[in-house]
Amino acid sequence: MTPRMTKLLLGLSAPVLALVAAFAITSLVLLIAGDPVGGVWGEILSVPEGRNIANIVNSASVLYLSGIAVAIGFRMNLFNIGVDGQYRVAAFTAAVVAGEAWLPGYLNTVLAIVCAMAVGALWAGIAGVLRATRGVSEVISTIMLNFIATSLVAFLLRKAAVREEGSNNIGTKEIPEGSRIPSFSFGDGPGQEIYGFVVIAVLVGVLYWFLLGSTRFGFDLRATGRSTTAAVASGISVTKMVVAAMLLSGAVAGLVGMPLLFGESYTYGSTFQSGLGFAGIAIALLGRNHPVGVAIGALLFAFLNEQSNPLQILVGVSPDIVAITQGVIVLTVVVSYELVRRYGVRLEQQSVARALESERAQREEVTA
Amino acid sequence: MTSTVEGSGPTAPTGPVSVRLRGIGKRFPGVIANDDIDIDVHRGTIHAIVGENGAGKSTLMKILYGVQPPDSGTIEIDGEQVRLSSPADAIRHGVGMVFQHFMLADNLTVLENVVLGAEKLHGIGGAARAEIARISAAYGLDIHPDTLVEDLGVGARQRVEILKVLYRGARIVILDEPTAVLVPQEVEELFANLQGLKREGLSVIFISHKLDEVLSVADEITVIRRGTTVRTVSPSEVTARQLAELMVGSELPSPSTETSTVTDQVLLSVRDLTLPVPSGRPLLDAVSFDIHRGEVLGIAGVEGNGQAELVESIMGMRPAATGTVSLDGQDIGGLSVRRRREAGIGYVPEDRHRHGLLLDAPLWENRILGHQTRSPSVKGPLIDKAGARSDTQRIIEQYDVRTPGADVLARALSGGNQQKLIVGREMSGDPVLLIAAHPTRGVDVGAQAAIWDHIKAARREGLAVLLISADLDELIGLSDRIEVILRGRLVGTFDPAHVTPEQLGSAMTGAGDDTEVSA
Repeated sequence: MTPRMTKLLLGLSAPVLALVAAFAITSLVLLIAGDPVGGVWGEILSVPEGRNIANIVNSASVLYLSGIAVAIGFRMNLFNIGVDGQYRVAAFTAAVVAGEAWLPGYLNTVLAIVCAMAVGALWAGIAGVLRATRGVSEVISTIMLNFIATSLVAFLLRKAAVREEGSNNIGTKEIPEGSRIPSFSFGDGPGQEIYGFVVIAVLVGVLYWFLLGSTRFGFDLRATGRSTTAAVASGISVTKMVVAAMLLSGAVAGLVGMPLLFGESYTYGSTFQSGLGFAGIAIALLGRNHPVGVAIGALLFAFLNEQSNPLQILVGVSPDIVAITQGVIVLTVVVSYELVRRYGVRLEQQSVARALESERAQREEVTA
Repeated sequence: MTSTVEGSGPTAPTGPVSVRLRGIGKRFPGVIANDDIDIDVHRGTIHAIVGENGAGKSTLMKILYGVQPPDSGTIEIDGEQVRLSSPADAIRHGVGMVFQHFMLADNLTVLENVVLGAEKLHGIGGAARAEIARISAAYGLDIHPDTLVEDLGVGARQRVEILKVLYRGARIVILDEPTAVLVPQEVEELFANLQGLKREGLSVIFISHKLDEVLSVADEITVIRRGTTVRTVSPSEVTARQLAELMVGSELPSPSTETSTVTDQVLLSVRDLTLPVPSGRPLLDAVSFDIHRGEVLGIAGVEGNGQAELVESIMGMRPAATGTVSLDGQDIGGLSVRRRREAGIGYVPEDRHRHGLLLDAPLWENRILGHQTRSPSVKGPLIDKAGARSDTQRIIEQYDVRTPGADVLARALSGGNQQKLIVGREMSGDPVLLIAAHPTRGVDVGAQAAIWDHIKAARREGLAVLLISADLDELIGLSDRIEVILRGRLVGTFDPAHVTPEQLGSAMTGAGDDTEVSA
């Protein structure tokens, strides 16, 4: 087997191991609770219909952006727990800007998205600057900033909001039709429409892959994540990198709410989806911070969410069971990656030793 | 390397042997940490184990404390052969260890700290308190069970650690560099306590590289070098100089230099380099020196006298440093690490795992490290993977790095090959100054010779080299001039052609007759 094949197999075995373990543990929970194990899995693992596929892809695009935002931090050993707050402040800002429609048509859209990224970056940047200058743990500060974001947005929403007709919900002004991002349909059935923003999410993934893998900046970022001390000795300014990584992570976090805002709700209101930032942490872990891995993780989480919806009606089990599955996946993923990593290191050390051994043997034959 | 165990000196202890190590060996991938170690520790004695950092002392102690199993050899405790597979095993056989870094919970009392994990022995109440008081009185430790640990000084905390192992029934107490954290008065107190332990018939194993202390407190001294026991001596029959010589080894193949290539063009000029500490003695105190083109300046000194700080200040990693540093006539004092590297400084760091490598990155990415702004690893803002790979291949061939390829993770290589890769990397990009801190520490003999050759070649090509080393033969053999550093100051200049390791050794400890500094 070539080394590349071994690497690929090892890379794949970790998530597969984790998923199998997670499904086994979930089944155990179902068994203990006396729920129909077969029925639940039968429903969840059934082939989704067109409408469901659209939902899965749409919700995956949102989760993907969140996962990438977290992954940028993870690559540098920064735990940006604050994606949740960052995307909410950003989505609110974008909704206000787009709702006011200072610019015509798509210029308005672009301006709103840029504002969202800037605000997200700024919000995350607070934690970055605190970490870089005062050594404040970004875990603590981003969690705090989440609370502040929630309260701040709730407060500002009251100021900026218009009441929707015939509803108790309040929200920002609706985005004018010319500035919305159109969905595209892939079938004739009802609801088979995919957000246009999915394209942008894919683009973000490609950019992330390029930036991290092929640029000097990305190299510095990954080097700092692997060893701060070696990074310093090689001439990287770690404080600058901390701020830069947080800004970047926050900017992507700012995009998280955009597919929903420009493709579905057209307004930021009290019912805007929450908790997307935390799902991003799980997805980044599951996807090993790899652009494709995170995409698969996002699709998997979206798939589980969508497929669990009818569980209550069809088999009488709460759809929250997939929350257990998702939670367990995060744990098993961490464990199985570590196991596979250790195994891989041992394998590589052995192969290096073997290669050197045979080289030595050859030399000895020559001299003999 | 052969090892001789001398147990028949005129003052050698003759009591029963409480710990007997025979032929202990331990190998890590690519590194031999311990090889054929033989030690006898007699009951009721203080037995010191000395050796340079990286000589294998810690590995040996981990084996004796059951943290790691040896690959070969036997351990006998009180005449009975034992297998120690965990610290719990070791404690059961009466072996206790006091680590250099204390393992105490500050917000708990002495009593609580001591009984933690040993609740079964005397409970957690009155009986335990009485036992602590008894031990404290018996060995003169002066510890009160109900004091909060956070209220104790460093010396008292160390006594609590000692009490902890005695409470667990240790008859053999291992102390790992116990004086490293103490001020001189506390050292005196510690030594008095150790005499107390000895009087009660306990055996103390004392690990250190401070030779004066070892000579004053130990009954027997075993010297370890490059993983094996060199000799066991009685303190009455050796001087600090002789011990130092045993530690660094003067019979190793000498890395002699060829004819001088020193020019009169100053490449690195350091003036009044000072690294202040908010409270206390500066880590570097007005250090000034020049290195010329084609010159190797060696810095000799006992570990921890400012060598690391000197290197890091020249590299720009210590922003607090004052004074001027100029490279080839250009003041680089205000430049960042990256700018200094770009100006032509190559840097072989002291700790290659912490500062020199990304262990979990492939070799070609490690080739880029420190050269992120220079070809062939980058093109503008982009990483040039093909360029980095092919240049890594060049280093692998030129510097004889034993690896199947450039895509292997740095972690998979042995220490010597990692170091050859670093040397090769730092020599790329046409440096004018090479800073090499302990370039051959922890590498095998073959790699050592290769690295010496590369440094000599660099010198011939007109590089200025700043060489920091604990290996005096290496310093004498490679340097054109040797400066001795002691407590952050340069205290003497020596000509390697005429100096002996003994003279250097005494200047390093500040104990010599030929320097103006006294201890």
